[in-house]
Amino acid sequence: MKKSWWKILSAVLLVYTVVAGLLGPVPTLPLLQETIRNLYFHVCMWFAMMILFTVSVVYAIKYLRSLDLRHDIYARNFAVTAMVMGLLGYATGTIWASYTWADPNKPLINSFSTIARDPKLIGAAISLLVYGAYLILRDAIPDIDKRARISAVYNIFAYAILFPAIWILPRILPSLHPGNDGNPALDVKNDISASMRIVFYPAVIGWTLLGVWITTLKIRMQLLTDKKLIA
Amino acid sequence: MKIAPGLASLTLTFFLMIVTASAQPTRTPMADLMRSEGRIYVVIAVILAILGGLLLYLVRLDRKISKLEKE
Repeated sequence: MKKSWWKILSAVLLVYTVVAGLLGPVPTLPLLQETIRNLYFHVCMWFAMMILFTVSVVYAIKYLRSLDLRHDIYARNFAVTAMVMGLLGYATGTIWASYTWADPNKPLINSFSTIARDPKLIGAAISLLVYGAYLILRDAIPDIDKRARISAVYNIFAYAILFPAIWILPRILPSLHPGNDGNPALDVKNDISASMRIVFYPAVIGWTLLGVWITTLKIRMQLLTDKKLIA
Repeated sequence: MKIAPGLASLTLTFFLMIVTASAQPTRTPMADLMRSEGRIYVVIAVILAILGGLLLYLVRLDRKISKLEKE
């Protein structure tokens, strides 16, 4: 095993997230109640996704500058892990919304149309589908160099739509999703209470490092299988 | 020597009380912790077990890949 300090840090931070996240004091808000603790898990998935997509686009640009296939492998695998994080964020958000946004007096299915049209959800779906198309595009091109170059360019376009879709679009439309006023999640004075911030920020780092760890394993595996192509 | 029946029954009662008292389940600190505060610690234990399993899996995978890289 490649021993790295950040792998240990990731494990320590995640254990801390679970323990402090479930036991720590949280403000009692109407509707949310204890579900506010989902901030340490659901929101962290999206933060990890955004960071991993950023790493992916950096490697895509690095590939275009160097035409080193290694960078293409890096870009692809970071994008895949980011998509997994995004899907987990979506799945957890579905559960959370079912018990906070949905009308408790009606069957859950009746609230689907009101929840599903929320701009934040649509934006997130758009960005994930755009990245899904990235994988399809890649695998549709048999030529290795052409595939790497086209998908690197596409990666930059996909990244360009990611932040408008999940941050800007939901903020100019009425949305149920919290975090649309001011400087969400990063406004250290007003947005998140101090007792939650000391868990939330370590949680973001922990989950992101876990994603990086998984990605490096996938990259190392692919580098092994493609040894002949790269050398 | 003859013991008064009253005293005998009293002694027996005390004896039984001591026995039943000691037969009560002793509240060890661990059991206390796992059954306190709506048993949230049980949830934490479950999540930590899953997290530990996942991390262990990653460590093993990492080791295997390192071995392949050395070959």
